[in-house]
Amino acid sequence: MSDKATIVVHSGDMDKLYSALIIGNGALAMGMEATMYFTFWGLLRLKKGGLEKGPLSKMHMLGMGKRMIKQRMDKQNVASLQRLMADFKELGGKIIACEMTMEIMGVKASDLNEELIDTYGAVGTYIQESRNAALTLFI
Amino acid sequence: MAELKVDVRGETCPVPLVEMRKALRKAGQGDIIEITGTHPASKKEIPMAAEALSVKILSDEQLGNEWKIKLQK
Repeated sequence: MSDKATIVVHSGDMDKLYSALIIGNGALAMGMEATMYFTFWGLLRLKKGGLEKGPLSKMHMLGMGKRMIKQRMDKQNVASLQRLMADFKELGGKIIACEMTMEIMGVKASDLNEELIDTYGAVGTYIQESRNAALTLFI
Repeated sequence: MAELKVDVRGETCPVPLVEMRKALRKAGQGDIIEITGTHPASKKEIPMAAEALSVKILSDEQLGNEWKIKLQK
């Protein structure tokens, strides 16, 4: 098995995106390859200006919960999703955007942060990426 | 042989690991990377990463709430 991690980012929730990007960065930092496959609600986070837009998966409370968590994260000096995404790319992480989601949700490539995306694909691309991965997660 | 300094004091997970990896990628063979930080888990995890990456750990010390780890590529 190769030292590779693949992560399906299905959720668009802010906290789950943190988990996905932290794990992705951790894998790269520790010498693995890493690929993130953005689909469904996760894909919307690849839209221009969309990365930080997700709600909290629990206790969002019309944005109040998210604001509270954000404040606590800032206090603890937690990196922003923008920064984690930039780090992920800098360390050689790969991003795949799900084409079917783009069709279902009427998202055009020009709506997305195209400079982040390495490949547009479907399940075959994900499976091919994951075939020899040591770690694969669905978030 | 160059010596690179990485200051991640006050940074939390996963920034110390990520910055260590960035420095290692920039470093040439034989270069030394000195990482200073405060995040407790990273003090354990940077040596783990170094081992996984086959990088030599030259020293690893704790000074108050700060730690300093020296690696050689």
